[in-house]
Amino acid sequence: MAAILAPAKALAVNPLKVSQPVGAALAFLGLARCMPLEHGARGCAAFNKLFFMRHFREPIALQTTAMDQVTTILGADESVVEALATLAARDQPEVVGLVATGLAETQGADIPRTIAAFRAAHPGLAAMAVVPVSATDTQGCLESGYALAVEAILDHLGPAVPAARRRPRQVNLLASSMLCPGDIDVLRAWIEAFGLEAVVLPDLGDSLDGHLIEAGFSTLTYGGTPRPAIAALAQSAATLVIGPSLERAARRLAERTGLPTHSFAGLSDLAACDSFTHTLAAIAGRPVPPRLCRARDRLLDAMVDCQFQLGGTRVALAADPDLLAALTVFLSGMGMEVVAAVASARGPALAGLELDEVLVGDFEDLERLARDRHAELIIANSHGAPVAARLGLPLLRAGFPVTDVYGAPSLASVGYDGSRRLLFELANLMLGQYREIAPYRSRYRRDAPC
Amino acid sequence: MRSTDQIAALKSEPACAHNAKGKSGCARPQPGATQGGCCFDGARNALLPIADAAHIVHGPIGCAGSSWDNRGTRSSGAELYRIGMTTDLNDLDVIMGQGEKRLLAAIGQAVEQYDPAAVFVYVTCVPALHGDDVEAVCKAAAARLGRPVIPVDCAGFYGNKNLGNRIAGDVIYRHVIGTAEPAPPPPGSERPGLTRHDVNLIGEWNVGGEFWNMAPLFDELGLRLLCTFSGDSRFHEVRTMHRAEANMVVCSKAMIHVARQLREDWGTPYFEGSFYGLADTSRSLSDFSRLLGDAGLAARTEALVAREEARVAAALAPLRPRLAGKRALIFTGGYKSWSIVSAMQDLGLEVVATGTEKSTEEDKARIRALMGTGARMIEDNDQRALLRIFADTGADILIAGDRYIYPTLKSRLPFLDIDHVRAVGYAGYAGMIELARNLDRALASPVWRQVAAPPPWAAAARAA
Repeated sequence: MAAILAPAKALAVNPLKVSQPVGAALAFLGLARCMPLEHGARGCAAFNKLFFMRHFREPIALQTTAMDQVTTILGADESVVEALATLAARDQPEVVGLVATGLAETQGADIPRTIAAFRAAHPGLAAMAVVPVSATDTQGCLESGYALAVEAILDHLGPAVPAARRRPRQVNLLASSMLCPGDIDVLRAWIEAFGLEAVVLPDLGDSLDGHLIEAGFSTLTYGGTPRPAIAALAQSAATLVIGPSLERAARRLAERTGLPTHSFAGLSDLAACDSFTHTLAAIAGRPVPPRLCRARDRLLDAMVDCQFQLGGTRVALAADPDLLAALTVFLSGMGMEVVAAVASARGPALAGLELDEVLVGDFEDLERLARDRHAELIIANSHGAPVAARLGLPLLRAGFPVTDVYGAPSLASVGYDGSRRLLFELANLMLGQYREIAPYRSRYRRDAPC
Repeated sequence: MRSTDQIAALKSEPACAHNAKGKSGCARPQPGATQGGCCFDGARNALLPIADAAHIVHGPIGCAGSSWDNRGTRSSGAELYRIGMTTDLNDLDVIMGQGEKRLLAAIGQAVEQYDPAAVFVYVTCVPALHGDDVEAVCKAAAARLGRPVIPVDCAGFYGNKNLGNRIAGDVIYRHVIGTAEPAPPPPGSERPGLTRHDVNLIGEWNVGGEFWNMAPLFDELGLRLLCTFSGDSRFHEVRTMHRAEANMVVCSKAMIHVARQLREDWGTPYFEGSFYGLADTSRSLSDFSRLLGDAGLAARTEALVAREEARVAAALAPLRPRLAGKRALIFTGGYKSWSIVSAMQDLGLEVVATGTEKSTEEDKARIRALMGTGARMIEDNDQRALLRIFADTGADILIAGDRYIYPTLKSRLPFLDIDHVRAVGYAGYAGMIELARNLDRALASPVWRQVAAPPPWAAAARAA
């Protein structure tokens, strides 16, 4: 059990934490024909849109209620109604994710009343769903904001009661913010390998995998979980939930639907992959397909090949709780040592971690700990690059945002193949670090040919 | 929190022609259809390039968390400006009203850990709404720490980025400019027979280090830059800006009040110019010698301009036939709406339309002068509308800010990024060559043809 340290520090320096509204918007970006709408000043949405654009290299659907001096003081409820009507007219989303920021919360926004006012004023727009989520940036981090939005999506669009009719070959997959579009692809193929069909919520693998469409540009999401699929979650055979941050959402879904839930903290280590495979085999009532067995054998081979390169490597790791925990388990399984673990905020994933301590902090903390504890490798988002450069260490990019390389969201780190890819990437980073013994030329050979 | 009167005063800059007439950029933002950053965004962008200062964002994580260290501005030395600092206000701070206490401690921590030349404190929405007396906290911190601590009251809900720029200029003028004298030039830097002149640039951000294309030319001409406000600047340099003999307003009409006040209070003449495009770059250098009234400088400038233009002409010669007649759609804010038009015309491109969302009346007048009275101007910043205009005008390339990159690329259309977060510099003579090369690269890419063609099975299906 790790001690969670949260030192009192007035100034956050080089923040690791990204706000809850960003996380909530991200979850909505995984829904089909969706527009996240941030209730706050225009800057909240502008910053976050740019943040996502630079991470995904994609157009991003995101709008704002654009609170100004007058509405901030006198009440911005009217702005929400106007924004919803404007979105309906201009963009025709099926779902609007209404994200209340810290400003809206501080100002005392009454979201349920506002939505009621919108419904009363625009009865013709009843088909457009509005999913409100309170995601103040004075609490939590990206991961918790994302989880809050998933809960809100289930509350407003999900089933309320068990289904009368079942689809025995359908499974639900609740995917935490630590999973990138590439991971979702892997998970879908993994599930399909057993003849099952996955309803992924949110489905960033479908919306932000980066694909061109015939229509060119869309102001809404380019894919994602369709609204009817969310309503039909109760018909599935089971729910698979990846990431402890979504446990609360999974519990609610289970309570309403009576579906069995299978939880996985992460899927980057061999034991977790095996457990996931085993669970799928049980749900499907089928043996593990040979293709997966071969993938497993290849992972074993990679583990054998890389163990010497990676064993004993001292790692300084900074991430949101789910990712931090999943990577810690993976690294430990390869004999690597997490000497510094910095989390952006508290989260359910941290409690059970087999580390002495986890610090809730920022990149200043990571840099100090990595230096003091002689880390040999940094794992963090792209803001870790200057830190790694100052320390002269290699950087494995993970988390949000990754802005300084192409294709990061497509790189899977889960499943047998994803874990193998991650192993190779780690091993290659460390391979480049090996310092050979400096050549020595004897004084007696000085005049010999070089 | 600022009063509405204070904000109105900042919006009615007398040196702006458009204040005689309503300007689209100042209209109330429409909820659900608003693009672009807030007042805090604009204020921090304007001051962040002061590289040896600590920049503290006072607010919850939303303001700094997704935006720190995301600018393209470059420093030749100090890197402190790249360190993201925020008070990261939490629920308890807000509910218990501990924001001021936390800020005071935060300033102390920043000074102790990073020894900044000064501290800027950006007040964002939540503490502004809460009524934190940041001015008093900064005063107390400055007295205690013996360091300038400057409050920048720029809550996002005050307005748009442009207003934030103005607030930043206002703060600098009231708190920083005129508080120190320039150092004497370093020994050996003066050249016999050449009169050195001290000048400032106002609104030059050194995006992608692009001003370094121009800086050696200033040295060559004997123009010492007291301050390039604020790209690659240092706090002390900003303090000495009142001593310049001439000022150039480079980017952003929003900063013109700094130049106007320097003229009113210190008698410093100024002009508005641009380092984008050959004609504008040369004119800007000549304008300095005109304002300074130095015949020797004028002669040196003339010779330098001729040399540089010849150099660029030689480098552009192979590219010109490739670019000639290509149709550019330009969509960018404010001053860039005309300075980029001029640059494109220098290269022989035809500008089919330009965005004027954030342009002033003067900007628009310049556009008409460049493009003719029939110039198509696009006020709306809607991305779909822009793509429709692209099709209507038969444009070959869109030149715009980063907000438009991916909508354009998704539409399989060539794009050139001229945003402030880019890492490529286009200023000056060398920048013009880079601009031409990049335009050619974007236009001539073999990718457009490939991504537009259907796969063979689709053709087969149609035939069947």
